[in-house]
Amino acid sequence: MDCVLKATGLTKCYHGNPALDNLNLELPQGRIIGLLGPNGSGKTTFIKMAAGLLTPTMGEITVCGEKIGPASKALVSYLPDRTCFSKQRRVSELLDFFGDFYQDFDRSRAEHMLTALGIAPQARMRTLSKGTQEKVQLVLTMSRRARLYLLDEPIGGVDPAARDYILNTIINNYEPSATVLISTHLISDVERVLDEFLFLYQGKVIRQGETDAVREETGKSLDELFREVFKCLPNC
Amino acid sequence: MNWKFSGDRPVYQQIMALIRGAILRGELPPGGKIPSVRDLAAEAQVNPNTMQRAMTELEREGLLVSGGTSGRTVTENPQVLEQLRDRTLEELARECAEKFMVFGITPTQAAELLLKLEKK
Repeated sequence: MDCVLKATGLTKCYHGNPALDNLNLELPQGRIIGLLGPNGSGKTTFIKMAAGLLTPTMGEITVCGEKIGPASKALVSYLPDRTCFSKQRRVSELLDFFGDFYQDFDRSRAEHMLTALGIAPQARMRTLSKGTQEKVQLVLTMSRRARLYLLDEPIGGVDPAARDYILNTIINNYEPSATVLISTHLISDVERVLDEFLFLYQGKVIRQGETDAVREETGKSLDELFREVFKCLPNC
Repeated sequence: MNWKFSGDRPVYQQIMALIRGAILRGELPPGGKIPSVRDLAAEAQVNPNTMQRAMTELEREGLLVSGGTSGRTVTENPQVLEQLRDRTLEELARECAEKFMVFGITPTQAAELLLKLEKK
């Protein structure tokens, strides 16, 4: 299977402390993958390096064979774990902005999703609640026809109904050529959409596999497995 | 279809069981068309790859027939359908017997209880 993302010996240190420690992994295409781990395990650091916001201390990361740079960023749609747009902007202006910035942005798809979520395009971001701002950001991210979607905590700040809508959006926008990487703590909510999972702990992948294989082999849900694996580890 | 999943079994197997049930109850009649994987995945709110796997497995069992571009249909082969029915009923009987066994009741005693129900 073609791989969308490849990390080799990937290491990131903050003031000498490794946040990611010699990580080697490949993400195949056409998969929805959960990046799971306790706080401080390196999830956001990994995603930021793949998105090109952080440079590795050592090692390398490539997206569809491209080194991180303008060429890789054209293929990667990244959802940050915080809101990042100017609060003065109207939603429709953000659509213009994305349309100018990204060739693969599908405006009609974005407008369709905004309507479904009941978000008015003429609204200014500052007049929207935090959860709604997050929804706008997700709509923009998912409206690109990217090869790799990096979603950092996409469902953390929104209500359960919107959570379902977001997960269904991810399912409905599924393309066999694209891979979606979702980092989250809310495992029981996302596990029905995950093909595969990676457990990250102290900057290392300590377990990975297929979600259904876990159920088959252990009779446990991914959520139960996570609780079990991370229960016995110190400092989490 | 009532798409509800539990965490203790692979989702694709749970989907297979739901589809088998729908075929047995006649909700999916012999020769009936099955919606596309994408539509079914959206309806069940599961990963399309998982739905695809369930469909492929059901095809392998002979319950679904791939019609190429025209999509999948439920088999019209009476033997396959009868086998499904027999297997499902046997499974139901086994589960039932196991539940009675917990209370120390043998299948014969259980059968008597069932007969009593029928008379009522």
